[in-house]
Amino acid sequence: MDSLIAIWESVPEALRIVIVILLKIVAILLPVILAVAYTTFAERKIIGYMQVRCGPNRVGPKGWLQPIADVVKLMFKEIITPTKANKAVFFIAPMLALAPALAVWAVIPFWEGGVLSDINAGLLFVLAITSLDVFGIILAGWASNSKYAILSSMRVGAQVVAYEIAMGFALVGVLMAAGSLNLSDIVNAQSGGIQNWFMWPLFGLLVVYFIAGVAETNRAPFDVAEGESEIVAGFHVEYSGMAFALFFLAEYASMLLISVLTVLLFLGGWLSPFGNLFADIPVLGFILGDGIHWLFMKAFFFLVLYLWFRATFPRYRYDQIMRLGWKILIPVTLIWIFGEGIAIGLGWEPWK
Amino acid sequence: MIASIKHFIKTFTLFELLQGLSITGKYFFKRKITIQYPEQKTPMSPRFRGHHALRRYPNGEERCIACRLCEAACPALAITIDSEERGDGSRRTTRYDIDMFKCIYCGFCEEACPVDAIVETHIFEYHFEERGEHVKTKEVLLAFGDKYEAEIAKHKEADAPYR
Repeated sequence: MDSLIAIWESVPEALRIVIVILLKIVAILLPVILAVAYTTFAERKIIGYMQVRCGPNRVGPKGWLQPIADVVKLMFKEIITPTKANKAVFFIAPMLALAPALAVWAVIPFWEGGVLSDINAGLLFVLAITSLDVFGIILAGWASNSKYAILSSMRVGAQVVAYEIAMGFALVGVLMAAGSLNLSDIVNAQSGGIQNWFMWPLFGLLVVYFIAGVAETNRAPFDVAEGESEIVAGFHVEYSGMAFALFFLAEYASMLLISVLTVLLFLGGWLSPFGNLFADIPVLGFILGDGIHWLFMKAFFFLVLYLWFRATFPRYRYDQIMRLGWKILIPVTLIWIFGEGIAIGLGWEPWK
Repeated sequence: MIASIKHFIKTFTLFELLQGLSITGKYFFKRKITIQYPEQKTPMSPRFRGHHALRRYPNGEERCIACRLCEAACPALAITIDSEERGDGSRRTTRYDIDMFKCIYCGFCEEACPVDAIVETHIFEYHFEERGEHVKTKEVLLAFGDKYEAEIAKHKEADAPYR
């Protein structure tokens, strides 16, 4: 032990910081990637159950090793490159899609102070980086040199632009209520029990935010980007093996991210719905008190909602998506923000 | 006017979407009807038409008399028969091939057979491992019939009152 400490202290200061940050990154990303793997499993199981099927149940006990088997299969598959594809862009695109989806987790606080980089413009960082996601998809569509892929990436481009605005406006409402761009501060502004969460005064924005989030991640019912029935699989038609898996990883990581963000912004993140009611009781106080488990439970609810949507709703037509985005969600958020602004101006702030 | 207000409220409360979610939500808890195939199987009729077999009489003599009615009845032209006179003066097949790729498992050969020689068994889990194996020869069909004779007889017995 002493020798370990001695070795640690012999490492230069600057290098030590880098090592600690790298370890923290691993500690965040490993669970995220594992969660992604099991989200695919949960998706197949939940949708299966809703269709009165069992879902995967062959690999491992009750099918619990299915995602591992999928990963192994995808890793050993050949990555096929279309002859006329732009090779460099073709291979950069999946990484470009995945990197932002993982980078955002740097500013997500998991518990009080449990955040890799507590920057005070955290929400701005989230918005900026999640917007980069779409570049990977557009470049993938373009580099594949395929009609279906390019069609899909055009759709994604238009769709993401439309819903990013509604999403941004929904966040403006939260900023006005919390008075901060720092995610930890936003969560702490909701402390004091379930009645203080932003979901009550900003319920409309919560709905808009989540709908926009579903559209942002190209999930059903807004999955015209994939549109199996029309354009085969959209932007990743030409991808196989691990390159394809990266797109999947990016999509599911974004889903997790939107779920966690919704919880942080509207449902008080890691805060317990009971506030400090049970703080004095020994074990129960710990379980019912604030903590990362509340974040997980609430985020899991939204994740299930994603899958539930996919099992329930038919895909929107492209023009319907545009109409919903531009003509309904954006006006709704604008009116809500306007009302909120008036309320703040009159000094009537129910969330305080 | 009132209708449009109603429509407005209905769309903005997401009424129909929630209705849809509640239906799928209900089905989530319904009993699953999947049959876990290799372990569980659905009940099977004695009339089930699977892999073919040629049967023998209890004394070991093959039933088929090379009348070629099955060949004539076969709508997919899957059966090929050649026949010759055997040493004891009876007519027997020298060749009885069924092309399993052509066969549509209609059961007409079984219907046509006057001596119940060709039958379709209840065996449906079979596969071919080599090219050309899909043409089942007389030897293969007879061996198959010998192997499953007890079960074939049982199923024919069960179906006999309805024929």
